[in-house]
Amino acid sequence: MDKKLLLKKKFRPGEWFAERMVSLTAYISLTFIALIFIFVFREAVPLFKDRSHEVAAFKAAPLEEMETYGSEMVEGDAGVLENPSTEDKHALHVSKASDLLAKDWQPISDQPKYGLWPLFAGSFKVTLIAILLAAPIAILAALYTHTFAPKWCKELMKPTIEILSGFPSVVIGFFALTVLATAIQSLFGFEYRLNAFVGGVAMSLAVIPIIFTISEDALTAVPKSLSEASLALGAKKWETSLFVILPAAIPGVFAAVLLGFGRAFGETMIVLMATGNAALMSFDFSEPVRTLSATIGAEMAEVVFGDFHYNVLFAIGILLFIISFSLNLFAEFFVRQKLMKKFRGN
Amino acid sequence: MFSFALKKKIYGNSLAWATGVAAFSVVAAVLIIMGIIFYGGWGSLSWDFIFASPKGGMTEGGIFPAIIGTFLLVVIMSVVGVPIGTVTAIYLCEFVSSKNKIAPLIRFAVNTLAGIPAIVFGLFGLGFFIQFAGSGLDSLFNPGTIKWGQPNILWASLTMALLTLPVVIVSVEEAIKTVPRELRDASLALGATKWETITKVVLPNSITGILTGAILAVSRGAGEVAPILFTGAAYFLPELPHALHSQFMELGYHVYIMSTQSTNVEETKGIQYATTLVLLILTFTLNFSAIWLRYQLRKRAVRQ
Repeated sequence: MDKKLLLKKKFRPGEWFAERMVSLTAYISLTFIALIFIFVFREAVPLFKDRSHEVAAFKAAPLEEMETYGSEMVEGDAGVLENPSTEDKHALHVSKASDLLAKDWQPISDQPKYGLWPLFAGSFKVTLIAILLAAPIAILAALYTHTFAPKWCKELMKPTIEILSGFPSVVIGFFALTVLATAIQSLFGFEYRLNAFVGGVAMSLAVIPIIFTISEDALTAVPKSLSEASLALGAKKWETSLFVILPAAIPGVFAAVLLGFGRAFGETMIVLMATGNAALMSFDFSEPVRTLSATIGAEMAEVVFGDFHYNVLFAIGILLFIISFSLNLFAEFFVRQKLMKKFRGN
Repeated sequence: MFSFALKKKIYGNSLAWATGVAAFSVVAAVLIIMGIIFYGGWGSLSWDFIFASPKGGMTEGGIFPAIIGTFLLVVIMSVVGVPIGTVTAIYLCEFVSSKNKIAPLIRFAVNTLAGIPAIVFGLFGLGFFIQFAGSGLDSLFNPGTIKWGQPNILWASLTMALLTLPVVIVSVEEAIKTVPRELRDASLALGATKWETITKVVLPNSITGILTGAILAVSRGAGEVAPILFTGAAYFLPELPHALHSQFMELGYHVYIMSTQSTNVEETKGIQYATTLVLLILTFTLNFSAIWLRYQLRKRAVRQ
C-alpha cells in the first residue's frame, strides 16, 4: 500500500462537521456581545431624531383647517404659521437629545425633564460609598487569608466569600430595606430611612466578594521568590506582606477595585430597594438618591413603547454597557497585562 | 518613646489584627444576614406556605406559583445555556492554537459578558427577544396578533441563559483543565481522533465541572431579578404558566414586589421574610453543592 496514503489524515465528514459546529457555537458569546450593543443602541437611537417634525405635523393639521375659514388672511399667513410653531415649543415641549444634559429628572410631568446629572450623581454617590467601604475590608481580608490566617481560617474564608457572592442581590436589597435601613437610621439619626448611605453599605456587601477574590488571586500570583528573598533578609512576615507582596500585587488589586466599581455602578436591585429612589441633585449622603440602573428598573415597566422616555432609558442602558465594557477592557488589558509583564520580567 | 523594635512589633501586630478584623467582619456580616432572615422567616414557613397560591390580594397564602415559575425559568435557561457554555469551553480549551486569532476575542467576549450589568441584559431581552425576535415571529406567522412579541417565560429564560453563560464556561473550562495531558496523549497515541478524544476522554472526565457550572448558573439565574423585570415576570397570576408564551411569577421578583410595591408592606412582613428565606435556602443549597463538587475536583487536580 502507498505509504503516503496511510500517513494522510483520513477525512471524516461527521467529525469535520462536529468541529465546525463547536467553533460556531463558540462564536455565540462573541455574537451576542455585538447584538447586545446593537439592539440596546437601536432602541436608544431615536433619541437623536428631531421630534419637532412629528409634533409640528400633529399641530399643523388643525391649523390648515383654520386657514380655510378666512381667505382674506392670506397676507397674515406667514405670521399665523410662524407663531403657533414657536408657541408649540412651549406648550407641547419637544424633547430632544440635549435635554439629557439638564439638571432635573422628572420624566412623568407635563413638562418632562430628562436631565441625567442627578442620576449620575446618585450612581456615583452609592458606588463611592460602596467602594470606600468594600475595598479596604476586602483587600485587608485578602491579605489576611494570604499571609496571616492559620489554615483553618483559610478554609473558612473561601466558602464564606462564595456564599456572600452567591447571595441574590434581591436578598441583600431586602435585608437593607427592612433591617439595615432601620438600624442605620437609629444609629446615625438620618432624616430619611432609605438613603444613599444605606444603599452604599448594602452595595459593599455585593462588591466585597469580587474585590476579595481578584485581590487574593493577585497576591497569590506574586512569585514565591520575592517573599522568600524578603524573609531571608530578615524582614518580618508583616513587613514582607506590606512592603513586598502587596506592592507587587498592586496592579491586580487595582483591577479588583475597578471591577468592583463596575459591578456597583451597574447593580440594580439593591439600589432599587434601598436608596429611596428620589432623583435629587445633592452630595449629601443621608438623602435618598436615584441611580442610573434603578431608573431603568423602576420606570421601564411604565413607559409607552417608542416614547422619548423609553429611548432615554435605553440610552442609560447603553451608558451602563459602555462604562462596564471600558472598565473591563481597562482592567483586563492594561492592568492585568501589565502585571503579567512585570513578573515575566520583560 | 518606644524603642525601634517595639514600634515595629506594634505596627506588625496592629496590621495583623486589622486584617483579621476585616476578614471576620465579612464572616460576621454573612452570618448576621442569614441569621436575621432565618429568624424572620422561619415562623411563617410551612408546607402550606410552599404549596399554596397567594390569597386575599397577596396578603395571605403561599408562593407556589413563584416556585414553579422560578423552576421553569431555570430549567429552560439550563437547557439552552449549559450546552452552549460547555461547547464554548471545549472550544476555548481544545481547539485553540497560537495561530487562532479569534479565541482571545471569544475569551474577552466571555469576560465582558460576565461584567455587563444585569439590567442591561433586561434591556437587551426587551429590545432583541421581545421587540425584534418576538414581533418578527408574530408578523411572520400570525400577523395582527401578539403572541410572542410580549414578555413571556421563553424570552426571560433566554435572557437569563445569556447572563449565566460565563458562569458555565468558566467552571467547565476549569474542569477540562484538570483532565491530565497524559490521558489525551494516550488516547491520541492509540489512534483516536481529536473528536473521539474530546467526546470519549475529555468530556466524561469533566462531567463534574459541567455539573458545577450548571448548578452555579441555576443558582445565579434563580437569584437575579433585574433581567426579568420587563422580560416576563408578573406581579400576580391566577394560573401557572402553561406555555412558552405565558408570563410567570418568580421568587426574587416576588420578594421585590412584596417589599416595595405591595399595598400593605407591614402586614405581609411574614410572607416577605419567608419568601426571602426560601430563595436564600435554594441558592445556598445550590452554591454549597457546587462548592463541594468543585472541592472534589480540585482534590483530583492536586492528586495528579
